[in-house]
Amino acid sequence: METGDFASAADAALPATRPKAMGTGQSTRVDVEECAKTFPDGTRALLPTSLAVEAGEVLALLGPSGCGKTTLLRVIAGLESADPGGRILFGGEDVTARPIETRGIGMVFQHYALFPQMTAAANIGYGLKIRGVPEDERRRRVGELVDLVRLNGLEHKRPAELSGGQRQRVALARAVAVRPRVLLLDEPLTALDAKLKESVRDELAELLRRLHITAIHVTHDQQEALAIADRLAIMQAGRIVGLGDGETLYRTPTHPFVTEFLGRVNRIERDPAARSAGEIRLGDAAWPCPPALSENVAVLVRPEDVRVGPAGTDGARMTVARRVFLGERVQLHLRPAGMPDAATLIAEVDRDHGVRNGDTVGVSIAPERWMPWYEEQA
Amino acid sequence: MARSSTRRASPVLLGITLAVTIFTLAPMVLSVTAGLINNYSVGIRSGFTLRWLQEVWSVYGDTVWRSLLLATSCVVAALVVGVPAAYALARSRSRWMRLFEELLTLPVAVPGLATALVLILVYGQMRGFRNSFAFILVGHLVFTLPFMVRTVSAAFSRPELETLEEAARSLGASFRQRFFGILVPAVMPSITAGSLMVFTLSVGEFNLTWMLHTPLTRTLPVGLADSYASMRLEIGSAYTLVFFIVVLPVLWVLQWIVQLFERRYGNR
Repeated sequence: METGDFASAADAALPATRPKAMGTGQSTRVDVEECAKTFPDGTRALLPTSLAVEAGEVLALLGPSGCGKTTLLRVIAGLESADPGGRILFGGEDVTARPIETRGIGMVFQHYALFPQMTAAANIGYGLKIRGVPEDERRRRVGELVDLVRLNGLEHKRPAELSGGQRQRVALARAVAVRPRVLLLDEPLTALDAKLKESVRDELAELLRRLHITAIHVTHDQQEALAIADRLAIMQAGRIVGLGDGETLYRTPTHPFVTEFLGRVNRIERDPAARSAGEIRLGDAAWPCPPALSENVAVLVRPEDVRVGPAGTDGARMTVARRVFLGERVQLHLRPAGMPDAATLIAEVDRDHGVRNGDTVGVSIAPERWMPWYEEQA
Repeated sequence: MARSSTRRASPVLLGITLAVTIFTLAPMVLSVTAGLINNYSVGIRSGFTLRWLQEVWSVYGDTVWRSLLLATSCVVAALVVGVPAAYALARSRSRWMRLFEELLTLPVAVPGLATALVLILVYGQMRGFRNSFAFILVGHLVFTLPFMVRTVSAAFSRPELETLEEAARSLGASFRQRFFGILVPAVMPSITAGSLMVFTLSVGEFNLTWMLHTPLTRTLPVGLADSYASMRLEIGSAYTLVFFIVVLPVLWVLQWIVQLFERRYGNR
């Protein structure tokens, strides 16, 4: 990842003599123990869930809307109480009964929740003011944070006068100003437009590393989670179905939802004939099945793992039914040659790949790229 | 401010607009003129005078100040009682609170006379209270409070206000700190709009006040009714003119303050 200007700005704000000055000084481990949440109307937004976030780790809670990720974050924050039996521990201390005000968290909200009548500087300094930090010290610390998030010259603007990216930075500075034990981010980039999102995302990832603060980041955007977090907890229907670093989850998913949610994937069913022949078949197209997957009733392969070469080379003969130019890459919808009604296999190739609509090509897939498909547990 | 229109108004629409305008303004102009001429039955030929205005001021001058004081007190009381009530209503999810909100608006629908009668029946024996300025204030508060509570409660109910409150809590703010430091400033445009409404309603209120007043607690509208009933038409008309001269600038200033707050806090 490129650090760009941001790293130098952060370096300037964090002199070597005062390491981790912006963070808590000491990172806090977070333990979620059997926390569930049932709302008064009976909705079970969160099934009993346990989760450990290491000190200084950035963990993403990733999932579609309604999967319980925001509820879990709010339970950790203390904005919702877990059902009886659940416990939240910060650095080994049981904070379950503590209200959010004294839990020692910093929170960044989806639409920033900046105080509209206050300037950027007053927003950042609000938590310090509440804690009775003397004004000169407050001003010094707000100044450091303004440097850190590169808001110089905008201190006296009100939120309405700031751009989306600038508001996001004010919200982040405000949350870390009070040196929280844990930083909680609720869809912090969702309100930004696509182009801005990417640069702010990289800045945020860099900043979290520099602060060395334990952070839990809720998002529905897989790219965002992969770019920012050390580990991902993928949630579906109120529970965590996958937990691990992004690369492992992507390459060797252990739950069908994880496979399909992290990136796109082709699923190919295997009938008994294909299984007994030791093949993976899509119409007339066939590939040898790796021995480890020989019993699986279905297998998965990611579009970028499908290799497309000239017809007559290795691999199954297929026809390009549709070619979609996506900018940095090209997506191909492939059908077995001469079978226009068969299921399609999606492949993604380099944008300079010379293949055209209607071409017949040779399609090969490296044996180690096939992934098992698991029957979802009821 | 000059404004140019690219569309031509149809002559029919213009005619209707003019007719309605004249229909509404004519009585006002007539009334104001009546207060400035020597003899209404003779007409403008009788000549203009400030005599009636002076007479109104000497006989009813106290009602003007009392009405302004009453409206101001009513705004203060509605703020003290209404803003916390609005917050409680906005945050409560109980069915009883919804019922309470409906009850709160009842005094607006019930004729002022009926409300006044009930107040007199209940508190009439408490002589000191009954004869005081506070008695009328209570009546006005009962009548105007719903306008403050409804306006401010709608503002407190906005989802982003709930998030603002959560943000303040996450930064360690106590209830007091976030209520006065965050929430009240955030709903300031609604509070000022509610105050303007309460002030306006209180200044013009007649039904309730007429029933509740004593000779020593007469307000401007009650005095106006009295002057029309018992004095020359010219005096009543001059009284209306006094009302305009005193109350309109106050309303304009209040309106300006509302807009000021809206500009400052309105756009998020």
